[in-house]
Amino acid sequence: MSDVPKPEELAKVDHTSPLITGWMNSPVEIKKGVACYAGKPKNLEYVGLPNPREWSPLDEDWKLPDNWKEIILDGLRERLERFRSLKIFMDICVRCGACADKCHFFIGGGDPRNMPVLRAELLRSIYRREYTTAGKIMGKFAGARDLTVDVLKEWWYYFFQCTECRRCSVFCPYGIDTAEITIIGRELLNLVGLNIDWISAPVANCYRTGNHLGIQPHAYKDMLDFFVDDIEEITGVKMEPSFNRKGAEILFITPSGDVFADPGTYTCMGYIMLFHYLQKMGLDITWSTYASEGGNFGYFTSHEMAKRLNAKMYAEAKRLGVKWILGGECGHMWRVINQYMDTFNGPADFLEEPVSPITGTKFENAKGTKMVHIIEFTADLIKHNKLKLDPSRNDNLKVTFHDSCNPARGMGLLEEPRYVIKNVCNNFYEMPENTIRELTFCCGGGAGLNAGEDMELRMRGGLPRANAVKHVHEKYGVNMLACICAIDRAVFPDLMQYWIPEVGVIGVHEMIGNALILEGEKERTTDLRSEPLHGMEEVEEAEEVKKEEKVEENKDV
Amino acid sequence: MNFIIGILFSLVVVGIFVLIPWVGVWAFDLRYLFGIIVPYAAVATFIVGIIIRVLGWARSPSPFRIPTTAGQQKSLPWIKQNKIDNPSGTIGVIIRMALEILLFRSLFRNMSLEFRGGAKLAYEWEKWLWIAALAFHYSFLVVLLRHLRFFTEPIPAFVRWIEKLDGLFEIGIAPFAGFAAPGILISGFILIAALTYLFLRRLYISQTRYISLPADYFPLFLIIGIAATGILMRHMGVFMQFIFKVDWFSVQVVNVKELAMGLVTFNPKIPEGIGTIFFIHLFLVSTLIAYFPFSKLVHMAGIFLSPTRNLANNSRTVRHINPWDYPVHVHSYDEYEDEFREKMVEAGLPVEKMPESQTEDGSGTQEEAEKE
Amino acid sequence: MYDGWKIIPGLIIFLILLLFPLWNQAFHPGKAGITPNPELTETAKNAEKCIEPKPFMKTQHMKMLDEWRNEVVRDAERYYKSSEGKEYYKSLQITCLECHSNKSKFCDQCHNYMGVDPFCWDCHIEPKENE
Repeated sequence: MSDVPKPEELAKVDHTSPLITGWMNSPVEIKKGVACYAGKPKNLEYVGLPNPREWSPLDEDWKLPDNWKEIILDGLRERLERFRSLKIFMDICVRCGACADKCHFFIGGGDPRNMPVLRAELLRSIYRREYTTAGKIMGKFAGARDLTVDVLKEWWYYFFQCTECRRCSVFCPYGIDTAEITIIGRELLNLVGLNIDWISAPVANCYRTGNHLGIQPHAYKDMLDFFVDDIEEITGVKMEPSFNRKGAEILFITPSGDVFADPGTYTCMGYIMLFHYLQKMGLDITWSTYASEGGNFGYFTSHEMAKRLNAKMYAEAKRLGVKWILGGECGHMWRVINQYMDTFNGPADFLEEPVSPITGTKFENAKGTKMVHIIEFTADLIKHNKLKLDPSRNDNLKVTFHDSCNPARGMGLLEEPRYVIKNVCNNFYEMPENTIRELTFCCGGGAGLNAGEDMELRMRGGLPRANAVKHVHEKYGVNMLACICAIDRAVFPDLMQYWIPEVGVIGVHEMIGNALILEGEKERTTDLRSEPLHGMEEVEEAEEVKKEEKVEENKDV
Repeated sequence: MNFIIGILFSLVVVGIFVLIPWVGVWAFDLRYLFGIIVPYAAVATFIVGIIIRVLGWARSPSPFRIPTTAGQQKSLPWIKQNKIDNPSGTIGVIIRMALEILLFRSLFRNMSLEFRGGAKLAYEWEKWLWIAALAFHYSFLVVLLRHLRFFTEPIPAFVRWIEKLDGLFEIGIAPFAGFAAPGILISGFILIAALTYLFLRRLYISQTRYISLPADYFPLFLIIGIAATGILMRHMGVFMQFIFKVDWFSVQVVNVKELAMGLVTFNPKIPEGIGTIFFIHLFLVSTLIAYFPFSKLVHMAGIFLSPTRNLANNSRTVRHINPWDYPVHVHSYDEYEDEFREKMVEAGLPVEKMPESQTEDGSGTQEEAEKE
Repeated sequence: MYDGWKIIPGLIIFLILLLFPLWNQAFHPGKAGITPNPELTETAKNAEKCIEPKPFMKTQHMKMLDEWRNEVVRDAERYYKSSEGKEYYKSLQITCLECHSNKSKFCDQCHNYMGVDPFCWDCHIEPKENE
């Protein structure tokens, strides 16, 4: 963070493109603060990705294999044969520019190559050279150029400056989706061993331990036990989540980020509390340490890697003999589940059509994948009045909701989270309509870019979102940004700290955890973060004092 | 390559395409070539080119369902689905596609970013691109349909109706005498105005200027050339005759129709009384037609096949098959348990197979942990 | 080939629409070859030439009439001086129709062929033709 320019400095963005020099003639300078670290050889080796080696994007020599050009061009040809999307998107763009100022990275950074149209042209120019007659004959006049090492570096630099958020595709009159181009571009780059550490390490970890942080089974259980202790301290109720339990009715899979890092951990506590609450009403659910990652960093590597990691969900469901799967709050996890999972690893004919054991609701929209989003599940519970809730326990919060890109534009999960939020808190304010729902702005760190070394890029990419949050902060005093994505919860704290330090970040199920009235609970004085509830500040203080006194006494003894 | 070279290059190319028939007909009297062979060749190229292009797209599958969902999904029964922007079935997709193709719905969402000092973002009303795009495409369509009067005998009623509607504006005050007769057809002028706007916009906005290729300027100039030669023939003949005493732009439409009907009935002939200007017009049109399948203009066909628009968001309900799917290496549970079995047992996690050396007191495990 | 059952019919429909002029003519056999043949009346034949040369009249008569109308109605200019220097009275009914009194066999020939609907007869009375 220390290398990042001050917000006032960073906010001086110039969106004017150079007048005379065309983009093909202006060299790319790979900058610190924007470029991520290269993937480490051991991680590539672990999952069998090509060309594992030590290298750095800031070096001149990227240590490519000798036949890198052949590999890339063969790979491109193969992908053109496999993806109609790629062929169409290469052929039909008219460069109308409607997408240009829709990209958060362009808005916050002003680099013209971050205009979605130009990001695609980086690839399109090579496509024209290799696969169109005009491009072969007329070269630059047809918008074509040769594939060189510099072009490859440019690809790497800019395909890892796209969060695959799909906002541009909403505005494109032909539906050209830069996410698709980035996904395939990254796939090509990975063929010659060009990737970033923040993706390849989680991929290797997920593959081995089941979750992207590399938490081993016993540690995973430890973490949850730790939350159980915290919950008991706050609510006085002891909970017992179960792990890898055969014969459970439902398998629960959530992004591991929620198990490991604040504020996602509080969301995880929310899940535990919800499941405990429902246990007596007939919920029979288990966690898994093998399939302990909802997120899929393989999706940021290649379709194949996405499939390899995603396979664990069904494999574990089958092994445990559950009836269906419940998925936690996560962004790209849900794009993969919604648009890819059944095709990747289905059919899930060993599972049953999901039915809520509490309300009897059939989740017909999930009858193919047999996987339900926890927000859908909870919204259904609330609708059927199955949860005793005290929204006033969230009265400290003035909440706004960030639609995560993937659930919004790769699924359409828009109303469910709003319904839940409105039932668990009393102060909810929407951000301006051009920045929410299908027009939502990315957090700036999706698709594997939430590393530490690209902090400037993240702060720039998050500028439009932060701006909208700032707007509601100033207008309504909003102090909490709610989201249903683990990457959001990892990325936003830094972003808020940088642009609007007064605003915190919260998962929707953390708010549920706060509001849920458990059977036999003590009077709650704090929320899940152990911060005093609205109107309980004095009680809390008094208790704090009491505790301290006790400690003192103990010392005396 | 910058915008100056791009524009100059496109202008020169269009200029050459004007000169070719000009010289060819005026100096060498190649009427047969420019009136019959070139148009036939152009149409043949168009048809073959489009078919090859579309079948080329069709050869690749859409392995995954990747619609851009721009509205509420179909979920719980009490949540209202946005059936058009997030369709779950065929009817929704058809409506979505129809709105996209007929009304440019996505482009209608356009807005422009206003960036003010201190990172204050605002989004301004910006529908000009949408308006100009609609104006361009629809006026071009009207112009095209109007021209059917040259290719049909008798002329179908719908063609006459279109022309009637197009000519509703009767201009009393014209720039010069006789301009408004025959009647002004508004589509041609809207076409030129929209094209001019689209060109100026490309030039004026720094981002579009930066991304524009000759392939973007060329069709604009080419269609401007087509519209301009058409308007010259219809409206400027008398002007040139009266003011400059030359008869460059006069065309005997009856003879033009004879030529067109000859082409349509594969009984081609070149009647007398057709000026060079017509051959320039025809050659530019032939160029556009032949260029079409090999350029960005194929978006006309491509939009129908765009996977983010033409697929239903039902992939959680119905299983779709990836035709090139292949088995992949996965890290199975057994491999996982083999690696972590002892730690799992120690932590009280259930395992499939109990470790053989269960009696060990865990010192081995510790060693392993240190390695990590 | 994927989605061929949608793409092929789509292509076929497109081609059918595109080639409308070709198959349309099949419903009107023999019509394509018929070209307009404006007949001159005896008076016209005897006059030998129109007020301006024939090619000019063919392409510009409508503009000339439009101009005449404006000048007569707005400026009361009644006389037209031709390129040969002869003066004519600017009047559709008196000057033009004097010779070309056979609207259906003269005017309508080309107008119908080209689908033109001149607004002359919005105000002027159509000449009564002798059958």
